[in-house]
Amino acid sequence: MFGYSGKILHIDLSEKKSWVEEKSEDWYKMWIGGVSMATRLCWENITPGCDAYSPDNPICFANGIFAGTPVPVGGKYGLASKSPMTGFIGDSLSGSWLSIALKRASWDGMVIHGASDKWVYIFVDDDRVEFRDASKFLGLGTFATEEGIRDELADDQVRSATIGPAGENMVIYANVTNDGRQAGRTGHGSVWGSKKLKAVSVRGTQGIKVADPETLNRLSFDITKAAQGPHTSKYRILGTSTNVLNMNKLGLLPTRNYQEGVFEDAEKVSGEYLHEHNRVKTIACAQCPIACEQMSMVKTGPWAGAMTGIEYECLFANSSNLGVSDINAAIKLIEIADHGGMDAMSMGISISWAMESFEKGVLTKEDFKCEQYPDGFELTFGDGEAAVITAEMIRDQIGIGKLLSQGTKRASEQIDKERGTESYKWAMHSKGLEPAGYEARGLKTFSLGSAVGTRGPCHNRTAAYDPDITGQVDRFSVDDTRGKLARETEEYAAVYDTLPLCKFIRRCFTGKADRAGAWPMIADLINATTGWDFEYDDIDLIGERAHTIKKAFNIREGWKRTDDTLPYRWMNEPMTKGPSAGHFTSDEELEYMKDLYYKAKGWDNDGMIPKKKLTALGMPDVAEQIGV
Amino acid sequence: MAVSTSKFNYIDCDPELCIGCQICEYVCSYTKNGEYNTYHSRIRTVRVDEVLITAIACRTCESAPCVIACPQKALSQDPVTGTIQLEVPKCDGCAWCIDACDFGAISMNHEAKLVEICDQCEDQEDGPQCVKWCPKEALALTTPDQRAQKSRKKLIKQEIIGPK
Repeated sequence: MFGYSGKILHIDLSEKKSWVEEKSEDWYKMWIGGVSMATRLCWENITPGCDAYSPDNPICFANGIFAGTPVPVGGKYGLASKSPMTGFIGDSLSGSWLSIALKRASWDGMVIHGASDKWVYIFVDDDRVEFRDASKFLGLGTFATEEGIRDELADDQVRSATIGPAGENMVIYANVTNDGRQAGRTGHGSVWGSKKLKAVSVRGTQGIKVADPETLNRLSFDITKAAQGPHTSKYRILGTSTNVLNMNKLGLLPTRNYQEGVFEDAEKVSGEYLHEHNRVKTIACAQCPIACEQMSMVKTGPWAGAMTGIEYECLFANSSNLGVSDINAAIKLIEIADHGGMDAMSMGISISWAMESFEKGVLTKEDFKCEQYPDGFELTFGDGEAAVITAEMIRDQIGIGKLLSQGTKRASEQIDKERGTESYKWAMHSKGLEPAGYEARGLKTFSLGSAVGTRGPCHNRTAAYDPDITGQVDRFSVDDTRGKLARETEEYAAVYDTLPLCKFIRRCFTGKADRAGAWPMIADLINATTGWDFEYDDIDLIGERAHTIKKAFNIREGWKRTDDTLPYRWMNEPMTKGPSAGHFTSDEELEYMKDLYYKAKGWDNDGMIPKKKLTALGMPDVAEQIGV
Repeated sequence: MAVSTSKFNYIDCDPELCIGCQICEYVCSYTKNGEYNTYHSRIRTVRVDEVLITAIACRTCESAPCVIACPQKALSQDPVTGTIQLEVPKCDGCAWCIDACDFGAISMNHEAKLVEICDQCEDQEDGPQCVKWCPKEALALTTPDQRAQKSRKKLIKQEIIGPK
């Protein structure tokens, strides 16, 4: 077998032992890698219905098919566990040298079971597994932990995924971080924290061989060069932060906890402003010739020297969404999230919920006591300094930080129960996950894509905003095309998330990003790597299977049609300002679109997957497990 | 940093352009060893911190310290190109050359017990493969004099026009 070793490494944190599982070539043809294989490993190894923080919830790594080869943007791994935030599948991706180290250590995937009684980190040294004391790294940030481990093991090429203090403290939306990149969103860091697992480090020294290196090199070279052209200029020059002004122009830039879609100071927190005033250097993920990460630094004021990579999603959540027009505060907030090991989106949106709760009198100054402010402080929209203090309190579990560290769903439920308030009305989440930086009230197809997302509302797992924004459909109304569009865009995304390849390369194959433009070359890359004979239709199947196993996982964990919903605000309050003013997604519209979507997926009207569908996808064992 | 006294070509990396993607290492290891493995790359990316990233390969020093250090006389320097040549049967993997190199540009192949040094892809028709592949054109085959000239020009440009 080329491209795979045929081996999955199992590690038990409770018993401190490890073993090897061999998988067949057919299994790899079904699940490929990335989020698909990670979810499948989680499906096979979890005790269904277990608590996300129990030892029965495994941590599942799945490598990428192209990791460690010159295929551009192919150096990624998928990570899956049951999410403590949603109770459903938590699947993340991270661009990383870790995937390459894992590949060179000859592991296609890694499943970590159980829980440790003492803080440890796992060192996978080719085929040897070592459980090492992590007590000296406790309290250290993500970057510092990685460096500390590299120093301890005296090898620059050891790569680690770590958690920061937020993960140790089980901030529900804590991340797993590697090489400055995050496996973010669904709370992997808190799952690791529950297992007292500080890091996973890998040294892989063996070479990677592919079936047809000459073809793979030729294709990779052409894509690498195409990736320097106009197809990626948006990402290379300003990075994704260029979306701040684009979204604002369309009335879609979440502002003051998603109250509006336009921000009067958007210019001051734009990608353009950042580029001119704060950019230090643009850097790349592993194996990536594009390089979109805009390393940005605070140059003056109390946070001078703070530096991290800034992207749109982290930026909107910690600027316009907080009403903050000081770019320095936004950079500092994102740095706290990145080094502390928290999801900057969920963190920013939890703070914006608290800001609105404070302004509406649900939270008071009393709630914001800390050492620096023994009588409490005021957390209002626009106050970057108060937001920074709050973020540190979240990371360190101080005062109000404890509440906000559990995300908007749990924070609002707790406060409403204690105080008889209605803060759930501005708690921005669906399934317990805070949404992306696109105001879905002005993007009807995306509102459907967000509601049905298997890991919650997400801009990475669906590109349903694309037909809305490009004008393929009317973004303010619904019609009978939306179910099919939501299906197509999520399965398109699932192909990239499974290989995995970064979606920013999507136009570099032929200039066209659609399936016809990308699938043939993706098939060629797979075949040159593995020696298989994949064709166009097989690429479609990769996406459909990946999405189906995630949905099946959720069904087994108790998913119901009513779980596919949107934040209260998006379904009940029209925006009042800007080009998207007057719009929201009504219950009626959403239910109509869900009907269309389930039908387009070949599912029944309750959103359940029929046996016929699963059998056709080659998943009869899954049908048996979910009782259809 | 130590300064090479070379009059010869070497692979130079501009740290301002290097994005740290490591594609040079995949291509190098494939070209030289037939498989992708950064442990066997003759060029190494160096990540000092989040933004200070560059790559280093043999600097073709004059009177190369690695050649002088080798107790087995397994290394020699090509008088025309300045590249370091390894006589395979003589090398016993003692690693003295690695100690002697101020640039950390020599690495050990532990399986073969041989050292690996950049030879600027002398056997490749289109020259050094890392230079050919580098997506940001951060790598160049250059001499110290050419590099210095480039630095002087850049400095003057920055002083007169500004950093951009």
